[in-house]
Amino acid sequence: MSLDGTEEKNCEAQGPSVIERYYTRWYKTDIKGKPNEDQCVLQHSNRICVITLAETHPIIQGGKSIKEINYQISDGCSRLNNKVSGKSKKGGQFLTEFAPLCRITCTDETEYTIYSCIRGRLLEVNECILETPDLLLKKPSTDGYIAVILPKFEESKTVTDGLLSREEYEGVISKRGSAQAEPC
Amino acid sequence: MCPDCFKPARNKQSVFTRMAVVKALEKVSDEKFLKKYPCPPTRPTTKCIDQLVKCLHGSIFVAGRYNKFSRTLPQTPWIIDGERRMESSVEELIAAPLLSSFKADGLNFSSSGREDVDVRTLGKGRPFAMELLNPHCSKFNKAEIRQFQEAINQSSDKIRVRDLQLVSRDAMMHMKEGEEDKTKSYTALIWTRKAIEKEDIAFINDIKELKLDQKTPLRVLHRRPLAVRQRLVHNMSTRFLDSHHFYLELKTQAGTYIKEFVHSDFGRTKPNLSELLKTDTDIIELDVESVDVDWPPAIPE
Repeated sequence: MSLDGTEEKNCEAQGPSVIERYYTRWYKTDIKGKPNEDQCVLQHSNRICVITLAETHPIIQGGKSIKEINYQISDGCSRLNNKVSGKSKKGGQFLTEFAPLCRITCTDETEYTIYSCIRGRLLEVNECILETPDLLLKKPSTDGYIAVILPKFEESKTVTDGLLSREEYEGVISKRGSAQAEPC
Repeated sequence: MCPDCFKPARNKQSVFTRMAVVKALEKVSDEKFLKKYPCPPTRPTTKCIDQLVKCLHGSIFVAGRYNKFSRTLPQTPWIIDGERRMESSVEELIAAPLLSSFKADGLNFSSSGREDVDVRTLGKGRPFAMELLNPHCSKFNKAEIRQFQEAINQSSDKIRVRDLQLVSRDAMMHMKEGEEDKTKSYTALIWTRKAIEKEDIAFINDIKELKLDQKTPLRVLHRRPLAVRQRLVHNMSTRFLDSHHFYLELKTQAGTYIKEFVHSDFGRTKPNLSELLKTDTDIIELDVESVDVDWPPAIPE
């Protein structure tokens, strides 16, 4: 399909999506030892990272109803108070891999903490999910993102060193499937 | 005499830039100036010392409008860490014949906005201006300028230049005016996840003055401040193509991010086309149809 006049046959096919065109998917699985608590880091070619739930996260897999999302991670710290200014994004809270971003409580009383997964400056957290928690289930990789983080310039290449690539993630997932199939 | 006028800046070779000197002269009162440098001057007490004098030609400004027909041509040279990422650029294609004919040492390219590598610029094109630095040849008449325009147009089918002309330094301001308050028109090829029919997209034609709140797109957020910008989509019209594609024509306020209006940029542009159509949408191609700035003056061909 093209404005230039050339044609392609399969009109239903999307072609590479925005994420496929500009981002690399990285994963962290079983975070803090908790089974299946997987997250995804979408790394843009300009080094900005978007933190999202991975499709294998229990909230999505279990189709859970969300009761509350809390960005107040401690008495003195709310991710909602994060303010950045200027081109160098001064003032953004600096996060390390296990810095909590938010706590999600579901109607079945299960609680999940979502972590940063990478080192960097917090630019923004998604406030839309406070009003519409359903986005986490319906569009976890786009509208239901959790946060946007800017790694340090010097660390842009190494920031994903501790994460799994898409292939490695799929390997971990398939091993889980067979582990569950094994007799006790 | 003027202690705060000359601040060393990273990008400048000398503290005494043209702007700084002009500003300093405006700041200093005639009285103060005459105290140190009376007219007629006092008798010198020492011999004159040889100073190294450098003569430079004043910059020449060439303006015009450019079309970009290629989807693999950046507007300005794309070089990261000393490595060129993409061949050539609009700037270099326009500059080549000018740099050699004017025998200039270098240039500064600016334009009324810019487009992405993969976006074409059609219609009358986008206004641009080029400052040629230290041009050793500067006297050219209109016929010769037209020849330069021809030379540029002959050199590549990826771009086209029109209305090429010499302008004053002040005239450059007209171009940057266009960035904030003028309008631009586009055609985008849209893909929809759900199957659509002609009737499903007809309502878009009736939407007028749609106010958008656009958070700084993630793709430019590494070099721009995080902010929310309000922008207007003045009107739109659709042309159905097939069950998953249609053409969207838009006329928007300058500074509107079209791609983000279409795919929502993770929901950070609201409202967006995806929301309006209640389905995932993506932008397959984008063309700039017009940049509604009436400068530089048109030159009949």
